[in-house]
Amino acid sequence: MDNIYREIILDHFKNPRNFGKMKNPDANAYENNPFCGDKIEIDVKIKNKEQRTKNRIIEDIKFRAEGCAISMASASMLTERVLGKNIKDIKKLNTEDILEMLGITLTPTRLKCALLPLEVLHKTLALVKSI
Amino acid sequence: MFNVSKIREDFPILKRLINKKPIVFLDSTASSLKPQKVLDAINDYYTKYSVNIFRGVYKLSEEATSKYEQSREIVAKFINCQNPAEIIFVRNATEALNLVVHSWGRANIDEKSEIISTVMEHHANIVPWQELAKETRAKITYIDFDEDGFLDLKKISQLITSKSRLLALTYVSNVLGTINPVKKIIKLAKILNPQIITVVDAAQAVPHLPVDVFDLGCDFLAFSGHKMLGPTGVGILWGKYDLLEKMPPYQTGGEMIEEVTLQNSSFKEPPFKFEAGTPHIAGAIGLGAACKYLSSLTMKEVREHDRQLTEYAINQLSRFDDLKIYGPQKAQDRGGVIAFNLFTKEKLIHPHDVAQILDRENIYIRSGHHCAMPLHSRFGIPASCRASFYIYNTFEDIDKLVKGLYKVRKIFG
Ligand SMILES: Cc1ncc(COP(=O)(O)O)c(C=O)c1O
Repeated sequence: MDNIYREIILDHFKNPRNFGKMKNPDANAYENNPFCGDKIEIDVKIKNKEQRTKNRIIEDIKFRAEGCAISMASASMLTERVLGKNIKDIKKLNTEDILEMLGITLTPTRLKCALLPLEVLHKTLALVKSI
Repeated sequence: MFNVSKIREDFPILKRLINKKPIVFLDSTASSLKPQKVLDAINDYYTKYSVNIFRGVYKLSEEATSKYEQSREIVAKFINCQNPAEIIFVRNATEALNLVVHSWGRANIDEKSEIISTVMEHHANIVPWQELAKETRAKITYIDFDEDGFLDLKKISQLITSKSRLLALTYVSNVLGTINPVKKIIKLAKILNPQIITVVDAAQAVPHLPVDVFDLGCDFLAFSGHKMLGPTGVGILWGKYDLLEKMPPYQTGGEMIEEVTLQNSSFKEPPFKFEAGTPHIAGAIGLGAACKYLSSLTMKEVREHDRQLTEYAINQLSRFDDLKIYGPQKAQDRGGVIAFNLFTKEKLIHPHDVAQILDRENIYIRSGHHCAMPLHSRFGIPASCRASFYIYNTFEDIDKLVKGLYKVRKIFG
């Protein structure tokens, strides 16, 4: 029996962490999945953003989303996971990391839901200009 | 006599167990299951006379040609069309509509023309017209529907002008279930503008209702085989012969020509003019068998069964106070399809989550926008759940759906 709707997923879906909007974010991006109508927007604030590569850290992160339990939980868990982390490391996150984080297996259709938040996060971080 | 348990015996897939449990199939609007008689007809072609049609003088080719043409006659009779030459075999409803757009549309639509469609169409009856409008710089307008899923008939009289060249509308909505008063609308359209050409998307009508093209008064009608017990890969465009005769070919090549020189070619008469290349012979034969199967039940009884299930489902689903059903309230106004959404504290439980939880119980419903994005935008929702019924569904299937939905509510409550 699959465990897609295990307690932790439902908890993040019902009480999403870091949900909301940020004043003056350093970067912000949006993406949707027309197949399900999932929508996600992420704001980030970066510490040491002037320091070209090293030591750039996500100081604050907020997301807003509409969508299924999988995409919401994935977004909520991802924001918790990357808060305070170095951008260099976050850029390395991939599909396996997300599945591991969620602790579930997904069919190809639902995998898209789970990966949308990571996609938006990568897009957001690509917008953080190195000066 | 319409006997569901006997009908169910005819569908081998219903004997299949998944995780040791039978399946509850509630997605016939997307594609129906197939009875043994249809499977046998297809298999007969491939095992006994699997040769090309029209090309050989030998016996097997004659046999294949005759079976293929018999199917055309059966399909013609099924929609009360008097002349089988008006039945064109295509891949599906989508291709049937594209044929009209590319052949009739390109020859008749220009920048002064207006095309009229509705907000409740399947993408197959919007996108090709949109593309044609872009290409020709024609204007395209849409008839809206009200909160109960009925088309705004007053708007139709306002929209149709002397410039209106085409009205494309669905007979039965694949989401709202609304059975549009197509005959009445066509009559009204032709009074307002006798030149207007009317195209009916009957993909959800021909499988579920008695359809009579003569009585409807439309010019073209499109449907798919796979939604009416037939195989995938075969569909029908019906068109009035005098229109088909004047239309240029849609695709060119073998089987559709009269004579070819290196400089020029002349084309056959309809329907062959529109059937370039080797057609889906087994598919056409399978569709013939499907029409025969449905006729043996009578479409009146098929419709009545759908209606009873829909009425029961509406009543059962209404017991959830946080469930919204889209479309007409009464089963008599709708086909056997119910789109709905479940909410928890006014928040949408995403249809994909609902469908996934039901899938665990082998209850198969559809979730998403069902190829009708403008319709969903009209309601301000990203997606919906959709349960649909056909001849093999039972009241018990609906009870299982309701039980499954209680489970969804418990998980997301
Ligand atoms: C109303 C309607 N029109 C057109 C289509 C397209 O049918 P097909 O995909 O077989 O071409 C469908 C199928 O989903 C439909 O429900």
